[in-house]
Amino acid sequence: MAGVRALGALSRITARRYVLSGISCRTFSVALAMSARTHVNYEVKEDVAVIRMNDPNSKVNTLSVRMQNEMIEVFDEVLANDAVQSAVLISSKPGCFIAGADINMIQACNTSEEVTKLSQEGQKMFERIEKSPKPIVAAINGSCLGGGLEFAIACQYRVATKSKKTVLGTPEVMLGLLPGAGGTQRLPKMVGIPGAFDMMLTGRNIKADKAKKMGLVHQLVDPLGPGLKSPEERTIEYLEEVAIQCARGIVHKKISLTKKKGMMQKVQDYVMGIAFVRQQIYKNVNGKVMKMSKGLYPAPLKIIESVKTGLEQGPDSGYLAEAQNFGKLAMTSESHALIGLYHGQVACKKNRFGVPERPVKNLAILGAGLMGAGIAQVTVDKGIHTVLKDTTVEGLSRGQQQVYKGLNDKIKKKAITSFERDSTLSSLTGQLDYSGFEKADMVIEAVFEDINIKHRVIKEVEAVIPPHCIFATNTSALPIKDIAAASMRPEKVIGMHYFSPVDKMQLLEIITTDKTSKDTTASAVAVGLKQGKVIIVVGDGPGFYTTRCLAPMLAEAVRVLQEGVNPKKLDALTTGFGFPVGAATLADEVGIDVAAHVAEDLGKAFGSRFGGGNVDVLKTMVERGFKGRKSGKGCYVYTPGLKSKDVNPDIDDLLEKFKLTPNPSVSSDSDVQYRLVSRFVNEAVMCLQEGILNGPVEGDIGAVFGLGFPPCLGGPFRFVDTFGADKLVEKMRRYEEVYGNHFTPCQLLLDHAKDSNKRFHK
Amino acid sequence: MKWGQPLSLTLIVFSTATRSLSTSVQLHAQVQTKSKKTLAKPGVKNIVLVEGVRTPFLLSGTTYADLMPHDLARAALQGLLHKTSLPKDAVDYIIYGTVIQEVKTSNVAREASLGAGFSDKIPSHTVTMACISSNVAMTTGVGLITAGQCDTIVAGGVEFMSDVPIRHSRKMRKTMLALNRAKTLGQRLSLIGSIRMAHLTPELPAVAEFSTAETMGHSADRLAAAFGVTRLEQDEFALRSHTLAKQAQDAGLLSDVISFKVPGRDTVAKDNGIRPSSMEQLAKLKPAFIKPHGTVTAANSSFLTDGASAVLIMSEEKALAMGYKPKAYLRPAYGTPKVLARAGLTMDDIDVFEFHEAFAGQIMANLKALDSDWFAQTYMGRKAKVGAPAMEKFNLWGGSLSLGHPFGATGCRLVTTVAHRLLKEGGQYGLVAACAAGGQGHAMVIEAYPQ
Repeated sequence: MAGVRALGALSRITARRYVLSGISCRTFSVALAMSARTHVNYEVKEDVAVIRMNDPNSKVNTLSVRMQNEMIEVFDEVLANDAVQSAVLISSKPGCFIAGADINMIQACNTSEEVTKLSQEGQKMFERIEKSPKPIVAAINGSCLGGGLEFAIACQYRVATKSKKTVLGTPEVMLGLLPGAGGTQRLPKMVGIPGAFDMMLTGRNIKADKAKKMGLVHQLVDPLGPGLKSPEERTIEYLEEVAIQCARGIVHKKISLTKKKGMMQKVQDYVMGIAFVRQQIYKNVNGKVMKMSKGLYPAPLKIIESVKTGLEQGPDSGYLAEAQNFGKLAMTSESHALIGLYHGQVACKKNRFGVPERPVKNLAILGAGLMGAGIAQVTVDKGIHTVLKDTTVEGLSRGQQQVYKGLNDKIKKKAITSFERDSTLSSLTGQLDYSGFEKADMVIEAVFEDINIKHRVIKEVEAVIPPHCIFATNTSALPIKDIAAASMRPEKVIGMHYFSPVDKMQLLEIITTDKTSKDTTASAVAVGLKQGKVIIVVGDGPGFYTTRCLAPMLAEAVRVLQEGVNPKKLDALTTGFGFPVGAATLADEVGIDVAAHVAEDLGKAFGSRFGGGNVDVLKTMVERGFKGRKSGKGCYVYTPGLKSKDVNPDIDDLLEKFKLTPNPSVSSDSDVQYRLVSRFVNEAVMCLQEGILNGPVEGDIGAVFGLGFPPCLGGPFRFVDTFGADKLVEKMRRYEEVYGNHFTPCQLLLDHAKDSNKRFHK
Repeated sequence: MKWGQPLSLTLIVFSTATRSLSTSVQLHAQVQTKSKKTLAKPGVKNIVLVEGVRTPFLLSGTTYADLMPHDLARAALQGLLHKTSLPKDAVDYIIYGTVIQEVKTSNVAREASLGAGFSDKIPSHTVTMACISSNVAMTTGVGLITAGQCDTIVAGGVEFMSDVPIRHSRKMRKTMLALNRAKTLGQRLSLIGSIRMAHLTPELPAVAEFSTAETMGHSADRLAAAFGVTRLEQDEFALRSHTLAKQAQDAGLLSDVISFKVPGRDTVAKDNGIRPSSMEQLAKLKPAFIKPHGTVTAANSSFLTDGASAVLIMSEEKALAMGYKPKAYLRPAYGTPKVLARAGLTMDDIDVFEFHEAFAGQIMANLKALDSDWFAQTYMGRKAKVGAPAMEKFNLWGGSLSLGHPFGATGCRLVTTVAHRLLKEGGQYGLVAACAAGGQGHAMVIEAYPQ
């Protein structure tokens, strides 16, 4: 089974939208020219000014320079208008209030001072909003993130729709930044210190009802169904009507802005008033952050520092600390790496192969194992009729149960209702035969990774599917052209490499052969995007891109184990470098049998370069039943229901048999880390050199989202740029002296080492 | 608004209608004799409404409080028998509609009909389709007649909100069922020991729709907002409903109401939920569902009601053969625009409208939808709007808001009222429409029987 499980921490990196805070007034003078306003307009309804935002050039509103300048202009006019007693701030876009500030605004800055200044301008503007003598009601429908949220919480009152699209949050931390327009100062007062830390340190999206409970919004409005106008249009209108009522209510003192505190709130406030308690909280949060981030991410620490400064030394110091820390963070390599990943992810969510000739409406999946059922789960809720076929009732039932459980877990998280689960499942057909395959637009096979089985399956399937149907094969290492050799129509054959668990891992690696048609690729990408995947499209070859990068690193990990480093230590070294999952745990997750299989196959394909650890270590483990997590034992022992795991006691004896003597000159902790990472990175660069990869962006995205390459390093290519190709080559040469060609840098890496102007990312 | 049941009845039936109307219909009425085109189709069986009755509709928790649902249904059946002098063995089939089922009498049609003295040879079944349950009971009957299986049908509806089944929690039920099967004392004790406080929390009948988890009131408030129906409009409509109901009651127009001696209590002869109020008083109420900015209040919604209804439906030949004077022809179908299109009628041809008023906001929204070209084009696939019914023909004897709304029983009330209004006002065509939970609806054209 294809699969590399790289786990949760990664999905944290998924900044999905424009983010950020920070308001710039740099071009103030220019934009004040009396040109007609295009982004912000307002209308006075009796005594309430309704300020509407709508960026005509984008699907979302961002706090661009233009938007800010027009907003200030409008705000001044509203303040000066005696007929106006209050204002409502609303977006005309369905699904978006303000998605944040434009990241490019920050990237355009060259020094931390410039960024600090941006932050201070933003702070000033929101301070004016906060102190406005006329109450301002923020009417929120859709995403209200980053600077958008900071804007909203500077307003006196917030009304939000209960729409699924309405989310509030401060995702700055996921870009290595902090909420830099007053967010670190206002949020703790609004939602309490623990709540504010939770929001700012995780960056997670908060839905409307949760936001109401937290005290982030005051009132909720239901989204409306069909009426005399389209639901979206009428919902915004309704939100506006309710917000206007609120604005008037505030002016007429019918709505109080100081909310009555409950008993719990009073107790909490009292407790938080004790300096000692606050110190404990800072310490506690700091400790948690250090444990999770291994100190590799500066942003969370700066967020804690900014909040602390504001609370302990007063607002002046707090706002200053926020602005300065914002400036500092914007210049860190971590932030650059995370922003790079964000841009890369946006790029990998587009279909560069165009619109397929016919959309896939019926998808059949062969094999109801972990992968097959996982693929079914992410497909069936996207309006695609899905057939899940297996050869045995037991296998099929297990797969169907997996899909059911996946959807059922979403109910527990309140992401869907039980009714939605049931109606979604009605699009899934489980079967043991090929009936209905004549209607399939695409077949994805996820059967056992054995070329003979794959050949048999492709022949069987091609006998029953219609001519337009695409045959996609889910494999982690078998070259697609070898599989396609059995096909009557290789132009319809493509590789779709999913990562396990399919519903959690965001990456999909699509592999095309020389014969794969462009329309086939377009169709596979379209299906992947529907499934919510981040997609890289790579060329064919043993291990494609991801597995090929992982194999040498795992080979090195086995050698490290043979050299006497125990699995726990190996994990600590890799996670200490920034991998969300340690190498030993990763091998267990992938499956020792799969790892052995891949190591052997790729070893044959690439020769001695892929050597390192002895493959027999893995094979012996498999023989003794240590297949990894799935068999309960691997490098570790897994007890169901227990989160903690102990090192498999039998592994020491086993490793003793294959013991190698470490060479002290390349065995320091740091050297072990670089031995593991340099082989990974070198292989990635070689994939680019050989044209397997389309570009460094896809290389970085594939490594981070598929294999858990440290997000703070931004992927292997950005790592080379930041670390320096010359320094990396220098280290590799040192290892090469000891271990030989396993560490020979590839030509492209050498080119970059020679010329420091050469960079993968501009 | 669509109605799922594939009743494939043929087109309406027709004949010229009317008769002039002498009495004091306080509200004008087109009394002149009209002669409209006929909808009758050769070879299609005509189905007629012979009679319709109902128990008084009472606020739940009042005089009916100690009864059970089948008691009310039985009262309606006996009332029908009494009014029609129908022989108890002349009925081919009895169908009842209900929404919240009393578990002890889940086929309430059977319990009520046996109790009312109908022969045990007459099959009876119960149907459910939220607020249009008795409409379905009637259309099911119409279907049986059309198919040639029956000639005489009693259809009705009952709802009893004074007592509803409240269950133990699922966990508790599971434990209790396991206790039944436990063989040893030890097993029993361990099961009893497994009961926790949380298990004792009872489960109320769902107030929210299962599929959307939304309550009707909440949904009505959103619907009103979607169509821009204001609080004022809703209150005005509610006041109109109560005022008209009061006038109709005082003028003795609600002749379908039978009097009912409630065991151990007084005889009831009148609906007790009609309470004309003032706009000022209505305006004082706070929103009941969406707070604080909602528009649906307790006063502009229908209230929880106990009541039962029954109608006698027959094929025309049979009715005439038995010496009955039918009141109207029945023609069920799928929602107002469709039923009109199928009958070849327009809104202008209809003389009497009886629409179910679950919430003032809901009915106002429906009226606005009918009057909107955009809605017709976007959601109904029509070129133009159907048009809203004229208010001077609309629910002139009150409606569910004022008379009450025993969910399962309302449909028969609507149909009987149309028949009676056609007779009284001298109209030819009547239109019944009702909405139901689950996004369903039902409509029926009723044509006056030539007198």
